[in-house]
Amino acid sequence: MENRALNLLDEALGLGYQTDPWPLRGKVVLIEDCVETSGCFVLHQLLKRTLSSQSPNNTVIFLAFSHPLSHYDRILRKLGCNLVAQRENGRFFFFDMLKLLCPDEKEERNEKGGFISLYWKIQNTIRALPENNKNHATIMIDDMSLMEVAAHGSSDHVLDFMHYCHTLTSELGCSLITLNHEDIYTSMERPAFMLQIKYLVDVLIKAEPLATGLAADVHGQLTVLNWGFCNVKGSSNNKMSNFHFKVKENSVEYFCPGTRT
Amino acid sequence: MAESMCRTLRDGSLEGEQAPALTIKDITASPFGFHVFSHVLSQLSSFILASKSQSRGMVIVAFSRSPSFYVDLLKRRGIDVNSSHKWIQILDCYSDPLGWKYQLMGSGNCMDVSHETSSNLSRVCKDVKDLDKLYSMILELGKGKFYRRKDRFSVAIDSINEMLRHASTPTVAGLLSNLRSHEQISSIFWLLHSDLHEVKVTSALEYLSSVVASVEPLHQTAGGKRGDLENLSLLEQNFGKGKLQVRFKRRNGRVRVVNEGFHIDQPSSNFTSVLSEDGLANQINQSLLPKVQFDLELSEKERIDRAKVVLPFEHQGNGEPIHIYDVFQSFRNVHTDVYLSAVVFLSPTAAKSTPVLDKFSFHNDNDNNPSYFEKQPDNVLD
Repeated sequence: MENRALNLLDEALGLGYQTDPWPLRGKVVLIEDCVETSGCFVLHQLLKRTLSSQSPNNTVIFLAFSHPLSHYDRILRKLGCNLVAQRENGRFFFFDMLKLLCPDEKEERNEKGGFISLYWKIQNTIRALPENNKNHATIMIDDMSLMEVAAHGSSDHVLDFMHYCHTLTSELGCSLITLNHEDIYTSMERPAFMLQIKYLVDVLIKAEPLATGLAADVHGQLTVLNWGFCNVKGSSNNKMSNFHFKVKENSVEYFCPGTRT
Repeated sequence: MAESMCRTLRDGSLEGEQAPALTIKDITASPFGFHVFSHVLSQLSSFILASKSQSRGMVIVAFSRSPSFYVDLLKRRGIDVNSSHKWIQILDCYSDPLGWKYQLMGSGNCMDVSHETSSNLSRVCKDVKDLDKLYSMILELGKGKFYRRKDRFSVAIDSINEMLRHASTPTVAGLLSNLRSHEQISSIFWLLHSDLHEVKVTSALEYLSSVVASVEPLHQTAGGKRGDLENLSLLEQNFGKGKLQVRFKRRNGRVRVVNEGFHIDQPSSNFTSVLSEDGLANQINQSLLPKVQFDLELSEKERIDRAKVVLPFEHQGNGEPIHIYDVFQSFRNVHTDVYLSAVVFLSPTAAKSTPVLDKFSFHNDNDNNPSYFEKQPDNVLD
């Protein structure tokens, strides 16, 4: 059974107050993590939440640069969501970029050509959706650093692609959820790519290790910066949240700092 | 002083001079430049609609937001966009900046994504790399829609960064300079995320500006690292508020710098004038301080009572002859056994009569122990 109880992450993202329209509609969400504390689980949680029965019109277009479908399917099954079934129902579209984009060198165009055709595929997928679902599409990218690898290090091409995905958020009300690894850019004096992406986002979710070191019952902390948070009264405001988490086998536990050892 | 920079743009340019230009720059630690940009855009639009500005129209060069966003923004702020055919035009460099969608349409796989309510106000630019074409499109939009030939218009560019991503710095600077020099352009302002570029690029753009508005965090992170979330309390203090430093460059070369605090209170931004950085921090942090049961400030009544206190050395101007009490004279007249020093206290009423001298004697307890200071050298320093 699906657990409909609100957790701190849902509250920070405003998912608890309303499901129609989808609170993340038209927003860009960036999940930032590091080697010590992976933020993959947030992506999985959001994938599950987006495909939940509470929002039957939602559709997910998943660009997987990091893992094959079987990887996500196994994880989501444990969370109570069958991706294969969702794919058959036309609510989950999986783009395996491990196979499609990386051997792009043989194409006549350069690697940017690959991103143009990828954008076209996304646009055509949304076009083919039923009328009710067109404005409820969510594009998920795992992860952006591997997009750069696929673009042979050209961050400008990735930014162009991201810009075009951003136009879908304003024109069609799509959501864009991406994962990125912050520590890849820490040695750079001016990480323009990462900063440029940060200027695009409406919600930043940062997964970090605890400042106080490792703890048995706490795996890390999440900081959520939500610009344009929509509260229960429908008014919009900025909201910042910080809480701890513990990743379990079939779920994630979120709790306020200081409530666990 | 946010209003001052709006007034500078409102007043426009003198005959034969370049149009005033405003750079609004921010950084990721305080990414609220777009809020300031929106504020200036709304203010200038209000002036144009009320015919209070030199410009009669506005051309928005939209790189980072869709035309419909700007139409909604102006509507939300109570600006009449229905009559916008006459005064506002949007050059849409956002929807299809590289022509990808156009190519897709050409291949027959067209998707109708043009739900733009503002399509009649905007014109799509499909190749933002060609800045010459961009320049001519801005002028066409400005000249074509505004009724009289001599009427001037303002230009707003919402992201110089996007321009710099597709073109070199000299080319972008050339475009901005040409726009400033054009006789029909009254004023121009743009938004720049300064941490995306080298200092020389930011400086080049600032040289082109008559006003530079820098959006900065209230509290800088340790080591100046931007976007550092490690210090949560610091992040919380900077979230949704910051300071705006506005630098005005006058024609005679004088530079005036003004600081102002702001608080993002959606859908608008509130600006608060402050005199100094300390004052700014105090003012912004006032809400962060816990409420206490005592008040260190004096009330109005207490201030009046304090002002009424008659001080002994003060001539009150009540008609009586001035009497200045000579402390040293009195001191010489009194035989004392002061060993080290003396402190003189006078009651307020005693100034006219014989002074009362209170003596405080300091006996050196160490007289009996001469080696005290030798044993405690640090006490001597204190």
